[in-house]
Amino acid sequence: MRSDRTLLILGIVLLAVVGAGPLLPQWAMFIVTIAIAKGLVALALMLQLRAGLVSFGQALYYCIGAYSAGSLGRFFGISDMLLQMLTGCFMAALIAYVLGFLLARYRGIFYGLLSLALSMILYGLLVKSKALGSTDGINILPSTVFGIRPDQEYVRHIVLVAGCAVAFLATLLVNRYLNTPLGQLAAAIKDNEIRVEYMGASVRDAIHVKYVIAAALSGIGGALAATTVGHIDPDMAYWTTSGEFIFITILAGTRSVVAPFLGALIFGIIHTVAFDISPNTWQMTLGIALLLVIVFLPDGLWSLFARRKVG
Amino acid sequence: MRGLSKLATAVVAAFAVAPISVLAQDPAPVKIGVVTFLSGPGASPFGVPARNAAELVIELLNAGKAPAPYATKGYGGAQIQTVIIDENTSTTIQVTEYRNLVQRHNVDLVIGYISSGNCIAVAPVAEELKKLTNFFDCGTPRIFEDASYKYVFRTSPTSTMDSVGAALYVKDAKPKLKSIAGLNQNYAWGTDSWEEFETAIKHFVPNIEVKTSQMPKLFAGQYNAEISTLLGAKADVIHSSFWDGDLEALILQAAPRGLLKKSTGVLTTGETAMWKLTSHIPDGTVLGARGPFGPYAPKNELNSWFDKEFRDRYQVPPTYPSYQMAQAILGVKTAWEKAQAANGGKRPSNEQVAAALENSTFEGPGGTVKMANGKGHQAIMETVYGMSKVVGGKMTVTNVKRYPAEKVNPPEGVKGIDWIKGGFKN
Amino acid sequence: MEEILTVIVDGIIYSAWLFVAAVGLTLIYGVMKIVNLTHGSFYALGAYAAASFTGAWIARGYPPMLSYAVLLGSAVIITLVFAPLIERGILRFMYAKDEVVIMLITYALFLILEDVIKLVWGVDPYFIAEPYGLLGSFEVGELTYPTYNLILVGIAVVSGGGLTLLLQGTRIGKLLRTVIHDPEVSRAMGINVDRFYLITFTFGSFLAALGGAFTAPTVSVVPGLGVEIIVLSFAVIVIGGMGSLPGAALGAVIVGLVRSAAIHYAPAVELFVIYFVMALVLAFRPRGLFSLAEPRKI
Repeated sequence: MRSDRTLLILGIVLLAVVGAGPLLPQWAMFIVTIAIAKGLVALALMLQLRAGLVSFGQALYYCIGAYSAGSLGRFFGISDMLLQMLTGCFMAALIAYVLGFLLARYRGIFYGLLSLALSMILYGLLVKSKALGSTDGINILPSTVFGIRPDQEYVRHIVLVAGCAVAFLATLLVNRYLNTPLGQLAAAIKDNEIRVEYMGASVRDAIHVKYVIAAALSGIGGALAATTVGHIDPDMAYWTTSGEFIFITILAGTRSVVAPFLGALIFGIIHTVAFDISPNTWQMTLGIALLLVIVFLPDGLWSLFARRKVG
Repeated sequence: MRGLSKLATAVVAAFAVAPISVLAQDPAPVKIGVVTFLSGPGASPFGVPARNAAELVIELLNAGKAPAPYATKGYGGAQIQTVIIDENTSTTIQVTEYRNLVQRHNVDLVIGYISSGNCIAVAPVAEELKKLTNFFDCGTPRIFEDASYKYVFRTSPTSTMDSVGAALYVKDAKPKLKSIAGLNQNYAWGTDSWEEFETAIKHFVPNIEVKTSQMPKLFAGQYNAEISTLLGAKADVIHSSFWDGDLEALILQAAPRGLLKKSTGVLTTGETAMWKLTSHIPDGTVLGARGPFGPYAPKNELNSWFDKEFRDRYQVPPTYPSYQMAQAILGVKTAWEKAQAANGGKRPSNEQVAAALENSTFEGPGGTVKMANGKGHQAIMETVYGMSKVVGGKMTVTNVKRYPAEKVNPPEGVKGIDWIKGGFKN
Repeated sequence: MEEILTVIVDGIIYSAWLFVAAVGLTLIYGVMKIVNLTHGSFYALGAYAAASFTGAWIARGYPPMLSYAVLLGSAVIITLVFAPLIERGILRFMYAKDEVVIMLITYALFLILEDVIKLVWGVDPYFIAEPYGLLGSFEVGELTYPTYNLILVGIAVVSGGGLTLLLQGTRIGKLLRTVIHDPEVSRAMGINVDRFYLITFTFGSFLAALGGAFTAPTVSVVPGLGVEIIVLSFAVIVIGGMGSLPGAALGAVIVGLVRSAAIHYAPAVELFVIYFVMALVLAFRPRGLFSLAEPRKI
């Protein structure tokens, strides 16, 4: 059964990362942690993509997650990593629940554009907010886990492990969800909504639920990214950030829940390498990579691994 | 491929040089990570002049061709090498690249950062990685007002100095001042600059009228409506901290409509545009260079040397980012050599250099730099403002006024905006 | 009263600029049903080409009055170099794909072109201010406006009017409308749809380049010029209705006037008022104010 295999792969990857972690140089651990954070957002995008919905403004919830985590530290002095991720998840889900009533009515390009407009409104609000640091942003307090402040040597590793654990859990849950009838509705909705309605399921409700789950995932990702980088700013809501996530999702493909993380990691690597070699042409490198993937690997990089096609 | 061949060359070179260096007893080179805008809108007015200054100054230092007290080669006899990184990415990536600089490239110290957001984000990482980092340009006062650091320094004054200096100059140069207006970009730099200026001028001219404060989006590019509003407002003085493309667009769009003739413009970063847009800037426009730089630099040996070398190499006069970069490099050199002497001639550690840089005073091409604020980590300098005047087709400055450091920088331990609000009590 | 007049004049000038910048995008969407993100690139290319050619023209001492023709010519040349290349070379093979995928392809092309511009023209800003000041200025009440702004309004009217005339009055226009309505049937009827796509893409891109070329004398041409245009043009055509010409005009006028009013009366909200209007329109009339009716396939 596919779900078992996915679980296995997830488990192996998690153990590999956690185990190999201390052997990796610190800067590599940093890149992997960021990849996990971005992977979560790509996973959120994938969830919506399966229902035929492309969100051009997923950065909205990524940013909400990040700022929730940051505000915990700034205004309440709380620096616990897990609490931060939980808060990010919750705030994002809450706002998504409200906005979902609006968004679930749209499809196609309009869904995308409305989500874009909403993310840009958040950007504008954050820029205007002096309390939240405007465009300079604010720094996050150094992380603690269960009240203990890890030693500087181990911080990277601890953050990586915590991030991995949360991502694993989240992905597991998403995988479970995708195997439920409600989850499997996604493909049906993409194909033909009216038939789904005839079947008795509510398309709008299904989309609303997916929207909220996607937001929750993005919120966790945002909080994790904020903790790792140590800094948040309004750019996290800008449309180019959303563009990055879309890029990663396309790169990865929508076949498996593990794919987005792979995509995020490869994106991170391409970016660092392209940047090192020639800072003035890294956009071109990304553009060419994107083009090549779309043309030659329309199902994303994951299709290189999973040869089996669903009948 | 280039990366690989670079690596190969480096390996071969390392093996080739190693035995020779053991024989000649040359000290190991000092590797400096330099971060500035190499692409994007910040490149042309700030990043590229800064990088050019870095390359020039380091080359001259390495050859021992700088005037006293900087005549020693490199840093304490060790040649300086650089790893230059582009600042033109998101903050997350900047933090990633900073870590790469420190942990992959193994630089000895980092000099860089123009964007305040990047400075704020990088500071705690520098402390975490215990790497000496010198911010050479970013203006936000928040760095040392909100936190204390052991490894982070800034050898240039904050934006508070620019705003207070502008207010003082306007008060002095325009005694009949009755109203002001603002045109600043809608992000931290613009809003902070305006707030500081407005608060300061209200202290000097208590009944001043603020006609309007325009805050267009960063990189908006089209200012017709803002210019119309400002023309209608008829303020005596218009304050603007616009820079680069926006500043140039503003000047170009304002010129045919006479905005800067009908109101006096106060352009706090105007120096970067003054040479390129000579014919479009009306006489009497107040121009700032964020300190005693460029046309406002003191006439001393260090400045003559720097100005001449820069012009010879790059065919344009050095502007303030170049000056700031130069003094950043020279300030660290002073501290490095002091620490090395105290260390018995051996290469100093980051901690020793930091201790030497703290509370130090040194000379740069812009004059005296005192590391007096931020517990000895934040520089203060005098500031200078003047008015533009085109003489025979060439841009010059007149009515130049200098303001001593203590008058335009807050005292140690006091936040800039609080100092202004409190009436500049020292 | 005086102030309202100023708000309107400022609004119209900005609207004209917006319209010229956005009309190409809506044209391409209407005919080809693709969201073309290279739109921003063509705007930037137009600006850079204009800066180079006009700069050279003026430096050689040729009559400055003809520089306006040079601006126009620059837009034409740069479009002819890049547009057919992109359409024939890459897009042509992708029409069968999902509309979102095509949009991502244009996004990839946009990224590539951004760096191409940097490689060709470098990162320094370019100025060609002469055409801006040459025509003198005119007065509205107490305020002075450069006459150059009227050129932009003129271009907006000519291109809008011209396109409408083309679509309603000529044979080509009728064929184009058939293609807009249903490309498959059009193909079946013998219309060379591929040729229409090429022409539309080229013409739409030309309009973007034209916008860039005529904006160049009013700003300093720097990298990143094309990015803001994409979001702005989007907002305009979403408000007006994607694929609709009168919609683009209405959208431009609404955004222009709202922004102008905001600047004069409430400068603080200027930053995101445009997204707010866009969200509002999307919430209540998602297809925009003038929209093409689309049958739902069962």
